[in-house]
Amino acid sequence: MKRTESPRAWWLVLPVVGMVAFSAVIPLMTVVNYSVQDIFGPGQRVFVGSEWFREILQDERLHAAFGRQILFSSLVLAIEIPLGIAIALVMPTRGLVASVSLVVIALPLFVPWNVVGTIWQIFGRADIGLGGALINAVGIDYNYARSAVDAWATVVVMDVWHWTSLVALLAFAGLRAIPDAHYQAARIDGASALAIFRYVQLPKLRGVLSIAVLLRLMDSFMIYTEPLVLTGGGPGNATTFLSQFLAKMAVGQFDLGPAAAFSLVYFLVVLAICFLFFKVLTAGEED
Amino acid sequence: MAAIELAELAHHYGREPRDESGEPTDWAVDRVTHVFRDGSASALLGPSGCGKTTLLSIISGLLRATRGRVLLDGVDVTASSPRERRVAQVFQFPVVYEAMSVFDNLAFPLRNDGMPEPEIRRRVPEIAEMLGLEGRLGRKARSLTADERQTVSLGRGLVRSDVAALLLDEPLTVIDPERRGALRRRLREIQRRSSATLVYVTHDQTEALTFAEEVVVMNRGRILQVGTPRELFERPRDTFVGRFIGSPGMNFLPCRVSGSQLYIDEVGLPAGPAAASGAPGEGALELGVRPELLELLPRPAPGSVPVAVRAVVERGDHRLITVALGAREHPIVVRAREGSGIPADAGFLHFPPRHLRLYREGKLIE
Repeated sequence: MKRTESPRAWWLVLPVVGMVAFSAVIPLMTVVNYSVQDIFGPGQRVFVGSEWFREILQDERLHAAFGRQILFSSLVLAIEIPLGIAIALVMPTRGLVASVSLVVIALPLFVPWNVVGTIWQIFGRADIGLGGALINAVGIDYNYARSAVDAWATVVVMDVWHWTSLVALLAFAGLRAIPDAHYQAARIDGASALAIFRYVQLPKLRGVLSIAVLLRLMDSFMIYTEPLVLTGGGPGNATTFLSQFLAKMAVGQFDLGPAAAFSLVYFLVVLAICFLFFKVLTAGEED
Repeated sequence: MAAIELAELAHHYGREPRDESGEPTDWAVDRVTHVFRDGSASALLGPSGCGKTTLLSIISGLLRATRGRVLLDGVDVTASSPRERRVAQVFQFPVVYEAMSVFDNLAFPLRNDGMPEPEIRRRVPEIAEMLGLEGRLGRKARSLTADERQTVSLGRGLVRSDVAALLLDEPLTVIDPERRGALRRRLREIQRRSSATLVYVTHDQTEALTFAEEVVVMNRGRILQVGTPRELFERPRDTFVGRFIGSPGMNFLPCRVSGSQLYIDEVGLPAGPAAASGAPGEGALELGVRPELLELLPRPAPGSVPVAVRAVVERGDHRLITVALGAREHPIVVRAREGSGIPADAGFLHFPPRHLRLYREGKLIE
């Protein structure tokens, strides 16, 4: 297609550039400012170059937190995406039942993060929590405050409870958008239910699932509130993920230099992962 | 290939209103009995919502009719699934498996049937060649144009060697007009070569009349007339068929018979059709005549009556002239060749005696 290019059109972009500068670039530059200097107080600053970056990139504890973060995000994605699709497939599509089930499925999404953490903190307690006490009653020794494995299980189950609904709703919308003729044609072609899922439904869900994966990946990669409320990052550092690690560094120890350097690295990592995913997921579409 | 027999088929979607006895009052398909002969090409023609798609889905087995039976070559398949019936259906909007290549699309029904791979590799190129898709087999189906997609959907229907019938549900709707003719010719060609029993649903009469040897006209769930395109044009058995077939449709004028003379208002038509024979009986009479067969003359001639010219519409190679006849000014459309002289405001309309049809209560008097 022939395109007409007019340099004057760039002027139309200016207001947006201005707004983005104000809302994103200027705050970001503050962080950059901190990341390359050691600031003791007003007027007392030393330019340190890439020292903070080198320091945090070699930090063993940070490597561990990063590993935990990758493991956590992979785990919740591996559970939430298939589970969400499965729920969407069995959800009723007509009548009052459909509306009721939509609302019920959507309920966890209305609960604020720190409330989710609190709910599960109490629910999971071995002494007074319904869930925790029940697990102990059937003979399994469960205590998320003591055992790292139990803490992990609780955090993962909590995230699955909170966010599978989002995947289910997106997949449900995607399924509803498939015209009846596709199912009818598949029946005429003698396709089994599995073949219909594999060759009709899944390809049509590709778009919404890309969005679901991206949203869940970004969100889970930046998870902060729920594990903080539930386990406080413990036992030990077992459930300390990147955001909490960063918060400890910045607000807890007031190491603003390394924290700023780390923020930038963190930001770039999230950006890079999302970009990669987006490229991979949309790769098949232009051929 | 097989003959398709429909016996007293009736279907309603369960939402329609019912009368006191619980009987639905509004049937999507209403007691349809018909036989599509083995190897024939038929068109199901009717306005939107007349039940033709419902009927097609009942034949293919996607829908189970409320009542009646479907027989393929004499075998009752009313309760069989689409797969067991071996009936192929092509939908209005092309359906392809976008993630698959064209080859895999065509092989899909065969693989579902468990055909061995070597046989599939022999069969698929055969079909692709017949459809003119041989150069496209390796392409991803999502990169195809709309008419190529529709050809692939068609190919999936034909790829099974034991297809009983091929049902097409307005397959050319989404195809670009300039490609439509080519695809329609290809369909005819394929039908001839595969000798498939073919049922073609459409609301476009040009498509139906050029495509099919037999046209079934439906309205409100019922079959109104079955015939060759010529029969439908010359002797519509029903005023609906007369209005629906033809462009523009047949003229219908309220009339009365006195003696052996036919009157429209006070104007006596010099030429009575089978008027005398059809005269006795009750019910409103209408005279039907095709716009193409009327002639508008500047001067009186034997067999013509005076009319007033109301409107002229240029239609490229022909003109549509609306004239008014009689005291109540019944509008009549006349189709005249381009270049023929048109009287300015009054003229004389010549009725062709052999092409006048009389209808009582909307039905042709034979």
